[in-house]
Amino acid sequence: MLADFNFRIIFEYLPLFLQGLQSTFLISIVSLMLALATGIIACACRLSHLKLIKFPAIAYIELMRSTPLLVQIYFLYFGLPTLGIRIPEIQTGILALMLNSGAYIAEIIRAGISSVDTGQLEAGVSSGLNYFQRMRFIVLPQALGVTVPPLLGQAIVLVKDSALLSLISVMELTRCGQTMTSERFMPSEAFFTVAFFYMCIYFCLKALADWSQKKLIFREAF
Amino acid sequence: MMAFYFSRLVEIFPFFLKGLWMTTQIAFISLVSCTLLGFFLGIFRSGRNVFLKRIIGVYVSFVRGTPFVVQIFIIFFILPDWGIQLKAFPAALLAMAIMGSAFICEIVSGGIESISRGQWEAAASSGLTLSQQLRLVIVPQAMRVILPPLVGQYVLLIKDTSVVSVIGVMELTRVGWVTVVRIPEGLMVFSLVGILYFVISYPLILLSNYLERRMAL
Repeated sequence: MLADFNFRIIFEYLPLFLQGLQSTFLISIVSLMLALATGIIACACRLSHLKLIKFPAIAYIELMRSTPLLVQIYFLYFGLPTLGIRIPEIQTGILALMLNSGAYIAEIIRAGISSVDTGQLEAGVSSGLNYFQRMRFIVLPQALGVTVPPLLGQAIVLVKDSALLSLISVMELTRCGQTMTSERFMPSEAFFTVAFFYMCIYFCLKALADWSQKKLIFREAF
Repeated sequence: MMAFYFSRLVEIFPFFLKGLWMTTQIAFISLVSCTLLGFFLGIFRSGRNVFLKRIIGVYVSFVRGTPFVVQIFIIFFILPDWGIQLKAFPAALLAMAIMGSAFICEIVSGGIESISRGQWEAAASSGLTLSQQLRLVIVPQAMRVILPPLVGQYVLLIKDTSVVSVIGVMELTRVGWVTVVRIPEGLMVFSLVGILYFVISYPLILLSNYLERRMAL
């Protein structure tokens, strides 16, 4: 059991794991940024009154939320080449993560915006503020407080979801564990180390999310 | 060529239905076991026993802090080292139960903690035992808070059953993965897989949206 847990081999493989950690980190950051952009655009389309923009946005969001990420990854991984698009696995993976998280982020932002009371918007209109001023001075300052904690929650989910990219042979943290298992057949050392690194990322993001939640209560009190 | 592959796909459609049945089985069994285990853990998590609370807390943060794939690998590759041999199907169910119960535990304990202390005190002074307090007073009120995120979690659990395909359980995603080797039309095959997942998870999403509106205070 744990008595013969071999720490030496972990140190031997540490450079590989650190490389994996770095690539998980990079993949997560890049896809989170892209997902934020996608989410904002999708949410803007979702809230539009134009049916031509609104319905595709709804279809996109609901489709992404009702199918598993793994199926979406395989869809792109096996599907893009049949369309004649050949891109490296890592870009396919980032694209899948971006589209998937983008849909969730769109819903988070929508919840944030609709949490602002309509009376405040009406007050803004009667104070003579235009659309952008209303957004800038009334909606966004209030909506950000409601949006930021769940966005950080989504960031945690995104980091964990990036582990699925190991299945299309993107060299990230989980894939490093698989590599080590296939080379030395020491699954417990490999996967507990992988789990440890994911936990490190999780606790950092969780601390950040809790901190922002506290800030939110502080803001509401005033 | 497209039409040819399409007819092949129609031919092997029963294979997909088999996968769908497997997915439904895994989803159903794990939803039931996760709910039972999650409520059990959640009640203790919001209880007074500090030691138990800590242990459940560590369990929950381990599960929430690591990806589900890694958990499946740990269960499937490491348990044999400890002398527990599991076939793929029970290993998948075990992994689902461990993962889902941790998430449901958090939802339940959040719901119970949202009930004010006065309710507990009133129930205690009416002479109810602790289990009666929970069963008759606290949990029915907490359900209002618990139910919408619980159904949302069910949707996530159904989708997470796709990850179980990595250890070779022949469920829907695995069927798609096996098929795409024979019928090299990734878009078509995984659209079909996606549609079948949509059929089971979308009704639950609608239910979750409805409950969210209905239960809003």
